[in-house]
Amino acid sequence: MSRRHLLALVLSLTVVGAGLFWYKWQVLGFPVTAERQTQTWTVEARMSFNRAATGPVKVTMRLPDSPPGFMIFDEQFISRGYGLILEDGQDSRSAIWAVRRARGDQALYYRATLFHSRETPAQRPTPPFPSRPVMEDPFATALEELVTRVRQQSADIATFAAAAMRIVDVSDDTARLFLGNRPSPLERAQLVIQVLHSARIPAHIIQALRLVEDRRDGELEYWIVVHNGDDWLYFDPRDGSRGLPANLVVWSWDAAPVLEVEGARGPSVTFATRHTIEDALRVAELRTEREHRRIMEFSLLDLPLSTQSMYAILLLVPLGAFLVVLLRNVIGISTFGTFMPVLVAMAFRETRLLNGIVLFTLIVALGLSIRFYLERLRLLLVPRLAAVLTVVVLLMLLVSIVSHRLGIEIGLSIALFPMVIMTMAIERMSIVWEERGPGEAMKEGVGTLLAAAVIYVLMITPQVQHFVLVFPETLLVVLAAMLLLGRYTGYRLTELLRFRELAGGGK
Amino acid sequence: MIWRRWRALNAAGVMGINRRNADFIMALNPRQQYPVVDNKLLTKKFAVQHGIPVPELYGSIATPHEIRGLPAIIADRQDFVLKPAHGSQGDGIVVIVQRHKDRYRTSGGRLLDWDELEHHLTNALSGQFSLGGQPDEVMIEYRVRFAPVFDDISFQGVPDLRIIVYRGYPLMCMMRLPTRQSDGKANLHQGAVGAGIDIATGMTLPAVGPGNSIVAEHPDTGAMIAGRVIPDWDQVLLMAARGYEVSKLGYLGVDIVLDADRGPLLLELNARPGLNVQIANQDGLRRRISAVDPLAGQDRSPEERVALARELALAGYQPIRAA
Repeated sequence: MSRRHLLALVLSLTVVGAGLFWYKWQVLGFPVTAERQTQTWTVEARMSFNRAATGPVKVTMRLPDSPPGFMIFDEQFISRGYGLILEDGQDSRSAIWAVRRARGDQALYYRATLFHSRETPAQRPTPPFPSRPVMEDPFATALEELVTRVRQQSADIATFAAAAMRIVDVSDDTARLFLGNRPSPLERAQLVIQVLHSARIPAHIIQALRLVEDRRDGELEYWIVVHNGDDWLYFDPRDGSRGLPANLVVWSWDAAPVLEVEGARGPSVTFATRHTIEDALRVAELRTEREHRRIMEFSLLDLPLSTQSMYAILLLVPLGAFLVVLLRNVIGISTFGTFMPVLVAMAFRETRLLNGIVLFTLIVALGLSIRFYLERLRLLLVPRLAAVLTVVVLLMLLVSIVSHRLGIEIGLSIALFPMVIMTMAIERMSIVWEERGPGEAMKEGVGTLLAAAVIYVLMITPQVQHFVLVFPETLLVVLAAMLLLGRYTGYRLTELLRFRELAGGGK
Repeated sequence: MIWRRWRALNAAGVMGINRRNADFIMALNPRQQYPVVDNKLLTKKFAVQHGIPVPELYGSIATPHEIRGLPAIIADRQDFVLKPAHGSQGDGIVVIVQRHKDRYRTSGGRLLDWDELEHHLTNALSGQFSLGGQPDEVMIEYRVRFAPVFDDISFQGVPDLRIIVYRGYPLMCMMRLPTRQSDGKANLHQGAVGAGIDIATGMTLPAVGPGNSIVAEHPDTGAMIAGRVIPDWDQVLLMAARGYEVSKLGYLGVDIVLDADRGPLLLELNARPGLNVQIANQDGLRRRISAVDPLAGQDRSPEERVALARELALAGYQPIRAA
């Protein structure tokens, strides 16, 4: 009866958990892998300038406007004391900051979070054919000569554009007539446009930002878009390669400077790019919110970010506990306490595995020797525990200070070890040591560290983190598996060794 | 290879910890009976009511305040045993063999002064040796003088008998022999060796030592272990069978010690007996259990159950027809 009951419970938990998971995955389109995390970017533009005298300042910054391949959400404007107006033009978007009085170095920030979008942006209008550039000789002749050479090396508009970008370079004598010896990227791109316009090909310069992990002082790149009659084609003017890389965000659809400052000197803009995990989760939230509002009201992704990141860790704990069940009841490893390995593994998250093991062993070994010394003083149980706890904290402090002096920064993260857990570990280990001998104590200690290491490896796997956070309902399936293992009556793997003498066939 | 050994163990009827816990301890040992076996003071009380001889209780200490009363409890006795009432696996037991004024010699040969003894008692009272660390009591009881028949196969300490009693039927038995390594304690975890005993005849089999290796001779004395007959074997089996009436646990470990003067004495009952007894006997528990199962559920006196258990053992635990 109870067996059937259990199976029914396990089955219903599995069905509910797996069903919810399937629904969110297939119908709501939640990302099942963590890949989308790497495609989510935070872009920060830092606009700085100097205002020598006190007076009004007006700052106009071009903002990206539906860049192809990306979706923008959560824009932030950080500008203390400045008034802000957003201007939505036909082909561009701008933020205009203004302040009546400003003095000294000023910095404004614009921050946007971007994620890759599969949606194709609205088609940009087909442009009219451009008129040929009008020039005086010798430039007109030189341009004509360039166009002729490019035309010889090309078959259609796309190859013409690519050839133009290859030929227009300082290594080409004709091109050098226009560019001089050290042309800026913009000057080169402008000459390419003139060549293209001479062939009456619609083309213009755009500015784009390359997304690079953890870049601090990025700048916009000039790219060239060419219309081949049907579509806009993207070219890198430096080598004529075609196509927009996935990590390139079109910032502005023309070549004009993105930052204009009135009333101050030395305007400069730098870009920082990086990607973050939390933002990736909000992408999933945003995406689903647009289509299925009702479901999202009960979603973890609807919680405040700080709460979410707490649950990102908490949700891993049941998985760790499940591993403990496997390690203890199926494999048969003995550990200190039931769930101490989980807590140690959580501390490992901060210290990294190897350092964590070294620090943990160090503290427990030192604490153990202190504990043996305290044993001689014959203290009562609770005061002794408190004393060991204090010693553990002091030891942690000591390790941090010493390792800092030695320049080993990782020693600082020792403070993240759960000290009460360490105290209990020391106490338990010393009792096992005295009552069952050092061998047994070592066995349990090694078992604990081994289990913690296995759990740690599981916990830091981005796929696993992503999965439980986006699909917490799969924990119901884990719960079902735990319940099933609760009735597991087979041998533990270590028992196969323990009872090996009996395996020769019963008498 | 793993799978083959798995099947071999299964065929031999070897019981694993998971099966013991799920199918036997949880199924046959009701929770509310645990206090009777976990608290050795209660065990003693109930055992006496059921006519099972136990080591005489001199007194007990429940609070640190009462430690000062210890000399009054031991009076002029030269030897005694301190035992935490909730101790598990032999933790916290101190055997005093001799006393000079304020100094106490343990069975392991260590000399304790009063301070050390008091410290041990306070630790025990505050729960250092009890399951879950709850406050404990300490019993002061008669020190067993082990029967001379085992003199040459135990190192100091007292060899004891561990009998697995399944639904009241003594099923499997081993003798645990203290060694130098186990500090005179009869605990396999601490290095004692275990020798299986034939239920039918009460005769010892070769022993199992540390690392589950077969040891024919006692590691300290060098005497042969196998082939000895346990004295008062009938009485031992009867006491074990009565342990079922005392504890009402269907899967029970009964620890009995043989005293030179007083014969077999019940030391303690165990609701979660270990599985090493299978190695000592080179036999699987489940094999024997399946032979007993057809008999279960019939009301029998302890004497009848002992007789049936011996009959089963004689038959090599082939299923027999219930009488």
